[in-house]
Amino acid sequence: MGVISAAPLRWQQAELVELMRETPRVSTLSFNVMNWPGHLAGQHVDVRLTAEDGYEAERSYSIASPPEQRSVALTIERLDDGEVSPYLVGELKIGDKIELRGPIGGYFVWRAGDDRPLLLVAGGSGVVPLMAMLRHRATVSHKSPARLLLSSRTFGDIIYREELDRLVAANDGLSVFSTLTREKPSGWKGYTRRIDAEMVRDVAWPKAQTPAVFVCGPTPFVESAANLLVGFGYDPLWVKTERFGATGTPGG
Amino acid sequence: MGFVSRGFRGKRRDTATSGRLPPGQYLVNDYPVLSAGPTPRPDLDKWTFSITGEIDKPKTWTWKEFLALPTENVTKDIHCVTKWSKFDTMWKGVSVDLLFEGVETAAEYTTQVSFGGYTTNLPLEDLMEGKAWIVYEYDGQPLPPEHGGPARMLVPHLYFWKSAKWIKEIRLDKEQQPGFWETNGYHIYGDPWREQRYWGD
Repeated sequence: MGVISAAPLRWQQAELVELMRETPRVSTLSFNVMNWPGHLAGQHVDVRLTAEDGYEAERSYSIASPPEQRSVALTIERLDDGEVSPYLVGELKIGDKIELRGPIGGYFVWRAGDDRPLLLVAGGSGVVPLMAMLRHRATVSHKSPARLLLSSRTFGDIIYREELDRLVAANDGLSVFSTLTREKPSGWKGYTRRIDAEMVRDVAWPKAQTPAVFVCGPTPFVESAANLLVGFGYDPLWVKTERFGATGTPGG
Repeated sequence: MGFVSRGFRGKRRDTATSGRLPPGQYLVNDYPVLSAGPTPRPDLDKWTFSITGEIDKPKTWTWKEFLALPTENVTKDIHCVTKWSKFDTMWKGVSVDLLFEGVETAAEYTTQVSFGGYTTNLPLEDLMEGKAWIVYEYDGQPLPPEHGGPARMLVPHLYFWKSAKWIKEIRLDKEQQPGFWETNGYHIYGDPWREQRYWGD
């Protein structure tokens, strides 16, 4: 399962079976997909919506669920001026169907057999494909050490906060570092600023350990994080980036 | 067939733009950035652009030589495989036809090679006859590094990953050699009007 297939990626119907609110603006939608071929942690799907008159809209979303899970979970941020996300997060109900195809992408992927220390750096909903990697990691017995640096606007905007706490509590070599860019809640022990060189020095694996690095988030965040990591001495080839949060892949 | 998303209406566009939008694309006004890794920042003193591969004698330009070449201003619609399209983007650069003047080759394929190691493949004919440029200004300003500066390819009739950022080299190939995204699940040719996004499309 989870190989990149040269076969055409066909559109298929997917039924919403579970809906979970993560933050005020972000929800996780789990779909039952009849002929899901399996996927790798980090891959994405294309979603297609069709209006009654045949008008269509397509978008890409990262897969949040690990390869081991049967349903396909997408964690989607509702963009108020968006065309597709307000429908998916707000309109869609359990039992409703959408069309999707995938999995897509063979580059921004991580397999648990990779022995290198893992460094994940996320801005906002950029944590979604990285969470698929951490969930995948949690299912295997031999684990490489992993660190996640997650930048969120406010405490309430931290996606997967409780699940990340549980994963850390498992004490299996995962550390999570959080920073808030627009709030300093009392009692907060994490960072309260944008990612910077000092934060990278605190969090990043020493370059001698040649880590596997995945950075995902909005463009300015990813630009900044990736430049800081290269400035820290990382080989650019270790650093895989995906810009624009939930949307992945090549292009502009 | 006939699938309808309950209650979905979508944001309709005016009909004037609909014919310019390839299937599955949506129009944006900003300019998203997508690349697979950190942004390379080649030193202009050491910057060169070369035509290599199936050619008797490779052609190379320094940055200074490149800037001295005749330029064209082009306004084009661009289409990213991640589904955004942007209309009327304005570029200044050098026509690939001009760069290939005097080049004789038996090659039918090309690979664009970037600073930073990115590659993408194209048939040679897709770079010829006014279809491709190497551009170094966007919207009247020097091209920013995150958009591929100092200079990038512009091949607007194909999905935009076929327009390599940080271009260093066009290599002439006898055989078609899949590039970076083309070996990672994306279509070997990438025509947006035929929605050739992924393998098998």
